[in-house]
Amino acid sequence: MLVSYKWLQDYVDLEGVSPDDLADKITNAGIEVEHVTYPGEGLKGLVIGQIESCTSHPQAEKLRLCNVNLGSETVQIVCGAPNVAAGQKVIVATVGARIGGNKKIKRAKLRGEESNGMICSLDELGVKSDLVPKEYADGIYVFDDDVPVGADALPYLNLDDVILDLDILINSAHCMNMIGVAHEVAAILDRPVRMPHPEVPETDEAAADRVNVTLAAAEKVPYYGARMIEGIKVGPSPRWMQLRLMAAGIRPISNVVDIANYVMLEYGQPLHTFDFDAFGSNRVLVRTARQGENIQTLDGQERTLSSEDIVITNGREPSAIAGVMGGTRSEVSGETKKVLLEAAVFDPISIRKTAQRLQLRTDASSRYEKGLDRNRVSSAADRAAELMARYAGGRILKGIVEQGEREVPERVITMPWRKINQVLGASLSQEDIKATLERLGFTVAAEEETIRVTVPSRRFDVSIPEDLVEEVGRIYGYNNLPATLPEGTSVHAALTPYQKIRRRTEQLMESAGLFQAYTYSLTTGEKATALTVKDSDPKPTKVVWPMSEEHAALRQSIIPQLIDVVKYHMNRQMPDVRLYEIGKVFLTKEGCARPEEEEHLAGVLTGRISERGWEGEPEAVDFFTVKGILEELSASLAVADRVAYTSAERDGLQPGQTADILLDGEIIGYLGALHPQLQKDAGLNKTYVFEVAIESLLKQDQPDITYRSLPRFPSTTRDMALVVDRSLPASDLYRVIRKTGAPLLDSVKLFDVYEGEHVSENEKSLAFSLIYLDPERTLTDDEVSAVHERIIKACKKQFGARLRG
Amino acid sequence: MLKDKLLDLREEALKSIQSADSVKNLRDIHVHYLGKKGPITEVLKGMGKLAKEERPVIGQLANQIRESIGTRIEDKKKTLEKKMLEERIKSEAIDVTLPGRKRAMGGHHLLASVIRDIEDLFIGLGFSVVEGPEVEEDYYNFEALNLPKNHPARDMQDSFYITDEILMRTHTSPMQARTMEKHKGKGPVKIICPGKVYRRDTDDATHSHQFMQIEGLCVDKNVRLSDLKGVLTVFAKHVFGAEREIRLRPSYFPFTEPSVEMDISCFKCGGHGCSVCKGTGWIEILGSGMVHPNVLRMSGFDPSVYTGFAFGMGPERIAMLKYGIDDIRQFYNDDMRFLKQFKRA
Repeated sequence: MLVSYKWLQDYVDLEGVSPDDLADKITNAGIEVEHVTYPGEGLKGLVIGQIESCTSHPQAEKLRLCNVNLGSETVQIVCGAPNVAAGQKVIVATVGARIGGNKKIKRAKLRGEESNGMICSLDELGVKSDLVPKEYADGIYVFDDDVPVGADALPYLNLDDVILDLDILINSAHCMNMIGVAHEVAAILDRPVRMPHPEVPETDEAAADRVNVTLAAAEKVPYYGARMIEGIKVGPSPRWMQLRLMAAGIRPISNVVDIANYVMLEYGQPLHTFDFDAFGSNRVLVRTARQGENIQTLDGQERTLSSEDIVITNGREPSAIAGVMGGTRSEVSGETKKVLLEAAVFDPISIRKTAQRLQLRTDASSRYEKGLDRNRVSSAADRAAELMARYAGGRILKGIVEQGEREVPERVITMPWRKINQVLGASLSQEDIKATLERLGFTVAAEEETIRVTVPSRRFDVSIPEDLVEEVGRIYGYNNLPATLPEGTSVHAALTPYQKIRRRTEQLMESAGLFQAYTYSLTTGEKATALTVKDSDPKPTKVVWPMSEEHAALRQSIIPQLIDVVKYHMNRQMPDVRLYEIGKVFLTKEGCARPEEEEHLAGVLTGRISERGWEGEPEAVDFFTVKGILEELSASLAVADRVAYTSAERDGLQPGQTADILLDGEIIGYLGALHPQLQKDAGLNKTYVFEVAIESLLKQDQPDITYRSLPRFPSTTRDMALVVDRSLPASDLYRVIRKTGAPLLDSVKLFDVYEGEHVSENEKSLAFSLIYLDPERTLTDDEVSAVHERIIKACKKQFGARLRG
Repeated sequence: MLKDKLLDLREEALKSIQSADSVKNLRDIHVHYLGKKGPITEVLKGMGKLAKEERPVIGQLANQIRESIGTRIEDKKKTLEKKMLEERIKSEAIDVTLPGRKRAMGGHHLLASVIRDIEDLFIGLGFSVVEGPEVEEDYYNFEALNLPKNHPARDMQDSFYITDEILMRTHTSPMQARTMEKHKGKGPVKIICPGKVYRRDTDDATHSHQFMQIEGLCVDKNVRLSDLKGVLTVFAKHVFGAEREIRLRPSYFPFTEPSVEMDISCFKCGGHGCSVCKGTGWIEILGSGMVHPNVLRMSGFDPSVYTGFAFGMGPERIAMLKYGIDDIRQFYNDDMRFLKQFKRA
């Protein structure tokens, strides 16, 4: 809402309060003033001049030589505007003046003729061209009334005004009009408000003899009132009104239309004017639209209506979409003689839906949506009628033809006194509270324990005790409140075990060299369903109105997003990338609109894990780098014994370098190299990825740590190298060794894998180091040998393993 | 005769010890002179031919000579070893200014650091950290927060809907309702809820269709607006520095009444006005207020018994302000050069 500082002074005395001060005060009391603009800033040397003569330029067809009286002197100015003429009073930028865009005006010769200044259009002074009245849009501005020649032009153009831009939220809709702002400012400054008192010079003829109103959609139209005005002469509205409209961002059209807009700005009540002859009947029928019904609106668009819309009709066809925009059929034109003036109340939700569906937000619809002062409807109609009589030559027919409830009773809120101080944490006296509410225009009846507050109808945003707490608080000033801490019951607060372990997991990933990433949950339908952990044929969950195909479906794996991040780095010549992300994936469930959310840990590694340095070759990431990180993870979560890795084939990953990760036999993740084809297509180097449904891992009960006293007896280490079939998974050997070696076998470690000379082509040699220990005593060589032999035998029996010579 | 021979042997031995230049050399000398087949032993073997009274004299001399050779060898060995050590130390000298071997270390995302810092602060103030679904029911995202269908404020946050009733949450506030429901009308409830939220925005330098939010809620008997002010003051000083002051401005949110926005005094200029605070001396940080009675009621709390405050803030905004980051998309590009800069944040 653009508020003119000059206009505001019609209603409130602003003596001693500068525009910037006022803006601060309004902001601190609850309505943010987003900008304070000085439209005349930078303009100087502009005076009102009168063109005494206007002749053609001898050398240029389109230019005119004007003798312009500037009061103190008469000068020659060359002017190219098509509408320039002798006798006009115009804006003259004198030599040395500055106009919009900080342009300086100099004495000049134009095609051989001297020009001592410039006759200005409004947009040359910085007025937005779409606000300049049509008749001056392509030329200079002409004063059409009595202005003093030689005077500074700025005050006569309201360019000495200051505009405050108020950010109106839903609870401040009562300030979407000048009277509302005036009440707010008056309360802040503790000064009285001067309300306009419209006086309507009515004729003896009754409006009701000309027109009648029927409400066929009463539930959506609580009130409809119409005034009849005849003998209208359509022409421009007075300059002061035009300037006020322009300052508020509305282009002046004609006296009739301007008055309706002006009163809307002043009272907050949208008004509509119909050309009554064009309206085509004496019956106003307000009804819901028929599905598919058409109307051409004032913006020239053909609109198709739905049965949720309200229309104003002449009994047959629609003349306006109620509360949103009028139709061209009954539009006020230069020929209009009779005007039907509508002042009505429409259901906010209905208006909002219509405006939204038609994508047609207007000054009227935005006011209807947010609510308006029910008890100001008829005074707004009276105010418009008064102005029509004065500025459009209209005869106002007697009475308002109306249906519905014109006024509603004022709301009363009763609440305990103490609630105000209790909620604010303040200690205001009852007198202070009462005085504050009265400043805001509330009527207060004080009782012992309670307070009865009558809310003026313009404050339709105030309905519950908490609203009154806010009213008192914002005027008193939140910055005057003390800063305290909650005194209530003390509660234990700590991270949940899950949150703690997740933090530790983050730490572990970072110590392993990975950086934490955040990627988007929404992606393309294709990526959303790629590289999933569990579901091999997932359906995407899509959003209804995506902004773009890039963010259309919910991811079911994090990896495709991380691969994009690797691409980003490759495109920027950064081949070493190590990232992890912990985040939700959204798994579709059959017959369920809402996907199941599961937290996953995913990572991507490519390039070198160490930097190339002077001390040696850098280490490149490989499958076992990644697996090592995951093993650290399962060890840190105390599930190492329950986790297994099995060779797997998965879409998008390289066969033979892919493993499923299982917890107690259930797949919870995978790791592997990206498929070489996919790598090549995406322009990537060898890239390894992993994803684990970490929620299932982290939600495992963490066993308590039990201390094992340090061994008091020495252990014995024996090594063995076993030659086995090349395809035998090492994990199988491990299993048998462990099982057979229990309980004396304390630990087993693979320290060499060998293929090549001395081992046949389809075999490999695996060398293990086995540590034997009995916590209760020293083991003898014979005892150790017995177990060791047993292990070797078992391996031989199960896998045909033999000791390497 | 025998005596002279011994003295000669000593002379000879000491000389070779003197000229020995390695420990091995010395060992050889030791074996040569003092070994079982050495010349001294040989000499002593001839003692039988000596007169009875001469025997102990020669014997003693021989022992003395053995001893002194032994001592000399030991001494020389120590000297040699010391020399060797010195040489080794010299040869092992390195350029300590060469760079160390780098272990690959990753790091936290800046947003995670900001969130963690705030979580830890609020845990200290008695708040628990709760998390909730990112795909939410319309009821929890809007209706339970006093935003019935057709409420005009729903425009303020255009949403990604999955169906008419299911959408990507537009704020973490649904956790207010979900947590209060769980408490079944009994306070206190003190939570913060960090998480991802989604809005139908086109991504640019200042907008992101996905971003983080931290919601806070404190409901108990007798919670006051002044308590909100106190808690927010602690927060502002913790995150932006002890010299910060806060300012509360009335505002509007459907789920709080009264609603306030919190500004902090500008940390760049200290409040005189600069480019960061756009000349005002204040920077807008978060929205907050006293929980609307409808919200309490809908989640099973009696507003005549309980009051509460709630606040919601954006970690991206906090990080952008604190570190002068001018493009919100940086948080989601995951450029390693960006991530590395905030390892220690």
